[in-house]
Amino acid sequence: MGSNAVHRKMRCSAGTTLAAVFLCLFACRNVAAQFEITGSWAARNHEFLTGDGLPVDFTGIPLNEEGRIRALSYSQSQLAMIERQCQGWPAFYLVQGPFGLKIWSETDPLKGNVISYVIGAWEDRAPLTIWMDGRPHPSEYAEHTRAGFTTGTWEGNTLVAYTTHMKAGFLRKTGAPSSDEATMTTRFYRHGDILTILGVIEDPIYLAEPWILSRSFQLSPAALAPIGPPCITTYEGSVGPTAPHYLPEKNPFVDEMTKKYGVPREAAVGTPETLYPEYRRKIQAAAPVR
Amino acid sequence: MRVFFIAALAALAFVAQPRAAGQDRGAPARAPEAAKASAPLDLTGYWVAFVSEDWRFRMVTPRKGDYQAVPMTEQARKIADAWDPAADEAAGNQCKAYGAAAIMRLAARFHITWQDDNTLRVDSDSGMQTRLLHFSSPPPALGERTWQGYSTAQWQRPASLKVATTNLRAGYLRKNGVPYSENAAVMEYFDLAPLPGPKGYPGQVLLVTTIVDDPQYLREPFIVSSQFKKEADGSKWDPTPCTAR
Repeated sequence: MGSNAVHRKMRCSAGTTLAAVFLCLFACRNVAAQFEITGSWAARNHEFLTGDGLPVDFTGIPLNEEGRIRALSYSQSQLAMIERQCQGWPAFYLVQGPFGLKIWSETDPLKGNVISYVIGAWEDRAPLTIWMDGRPHPSEYAEHTRAGFTTGTWEGNTLVAYTTHMKAGFLRKTGAPSSDEATMTTRFYRHGDILTILGVIEDPIYLAEPWILSRSFQLSPAALAPIGPPCITTYEGSVGPTAPHYLPEKNPFVDEMTKKYGVPREAAVGTPETLYPEYRRKIQAAAPVR
Repeated sequence: MRVFFIAALAALAFVAQPRAAGQDRGAPARAPEAAKASAPLDLTGYWVAFVSEDWRFRMVTPRKGDYQAVPMTEQARKIADAWDPAADEAAGNQCKAYGAAAIMRLAARFHITWQDDNTLRVDSDSGMQTRLLHFSSPPPALGERTWQGYSTAQWQRPASLKVATTNLRAGYLRKNGVPYSENAAVMEYFDLAPLPGPKGYPGQVLLVTTIVDDPQYLREPFIVSSQFKKEADGSKWDPTPCTAR
C-alpha cells in the first residue's frame, strides 16, 4: 500500500470519526432533554377524577347521545357477571384512579437503551407497558386487552404515549362506557419532583369530543410496592339470563347528583356543553348556595 | 489523524458547553434577551377551561362543609365552616376565590398577551382579574398584597414556563370558603400539547400545574392540574365581576 493510499484511508477514517462525534452530540443532546421517569410517584389525590361514586355521576365527561343512553342503562349488578367484572379499570384509570404509580424501565442488556417503560399494576388496573423501541401498533384485528397496546416517544422532554387495542369498558366506574375503538394519548411532564400526566381520550362511539384529563403525582422517597394482581374475576352468584340494566328513562338514580349536590341533571348525565364556563353562568341562578 | 481527533474534541467541548445569553466568557456584556423574544413556547391567545375534573367544585358553588380532597388543617376547617358569602360581599371581598392560588381552577376563559417584552399578562373573564408574570429580575420591593400577588416567571427549557407567586391577599381555594393565608406561595408550570393524537383534531391544550404551599392552612402542598383548550378568537369572552356565591 502506497503512502497516498494510507493518507486517503486515514482521512476517511478521521472524517468518519468527526461525523460520529457530531452525531453523538445531537443524540446526547436529545437524550439530555429527556427526564428520569422511573421510580415511585405518590398520588396526592387533591383532584377528583373518579366521580363521587353515585350511580349517575357522569359530570365532566363529554358523552354523545349513544354514550349517555348506554351509561344510563348501566346497573351495578352487572359486576356480578364474570365477563363484566373488570370493565371498570381500563388503561384510563392510571390518570383517574386514586393510586400512585410505580414506573420502571426494561433495557436492552447489550446496548442499554430503553425498550419499554412499565407502569405497574395497582389493585384492579392492569400493568401498562409503553414500548419505546419503535415497534408498530398491531393490526386492527389483533386481540384487545384491558391495558391495550401502547407505544411511546420522547418529544423534547415530554414522554408521549399512545394506547390502542383496549377492551370496551368504562370511562368512569359508574357506567359511562368506552368502546374498543377508544384510544388514549398520554403526555408525561416532569417539573422537579412533580409528574403531571395529561390524558386525551378519544372514542368515536361514545364521546362527542376528546375527553381531556390531567393529574399530578409527587416523587416518593419511599418505594411504592405495586399492588396486584390486576382484576381477577370471581363467581358472585347468578344474575339470570340477561345483563342487569335499566330501560330508557327508568334509571332510578338519575337525580341523585341533583338531590345531593344541586348538580343539574343535564350535567350529571355528561352533556358536552356542561364542560364549558358559559354553562356555569347559565345555571348560577338555578343552583342556590345552601 | 491526531489533528482530526483534536478538532473533534474541540468541537465537542464548544458545542456541549452550557451557555446562556450574555454569559460568554471574554465577550462583552450583553443585555439579557427579552423574554418575549426568547420564548420557547407561545402561550398567547384565548384559552377556555375544560372542566372535566372537580366538576361539582368548579361549576357549582359547593355547599358549606364540602371540602373533599383538600388537605386542610383543623384551623382551616374551622374558618371554612364559618364561611359567610354575605359577609364577604358586605366587606367587598367578593374576589376571595379569584386569587392566584385558585384562579386557574375557575370555570373561566383566559386571555394571555405580552404586556411588554418581559411581562406576560393573563386576564380572566370570570372575575375580570389580571395577572402579570414578570420575567425581569430582580423583583421590585413588594408593595401592598393583592389577590394576584407578585409573580416572577422563568422559561424552563426546552418548552415550559415556571411561575412563582407570593405577596398574596388571603383568599379561598374553593368558592365555599376553603382558605389560604397571605403567606401562601404558589408555584405553577405551564405546558402545551397538541390536541389530541394521530387521528387529528386541530387544536392545542394548555396544561397548568398549580402547587399551593401554605403551612398555616394546608397539611401538605395542594397540587392540581388544569387544562384549557385554545380558542380561535375572543368571540366567547364574557367579562363578569367576581361573585361570592
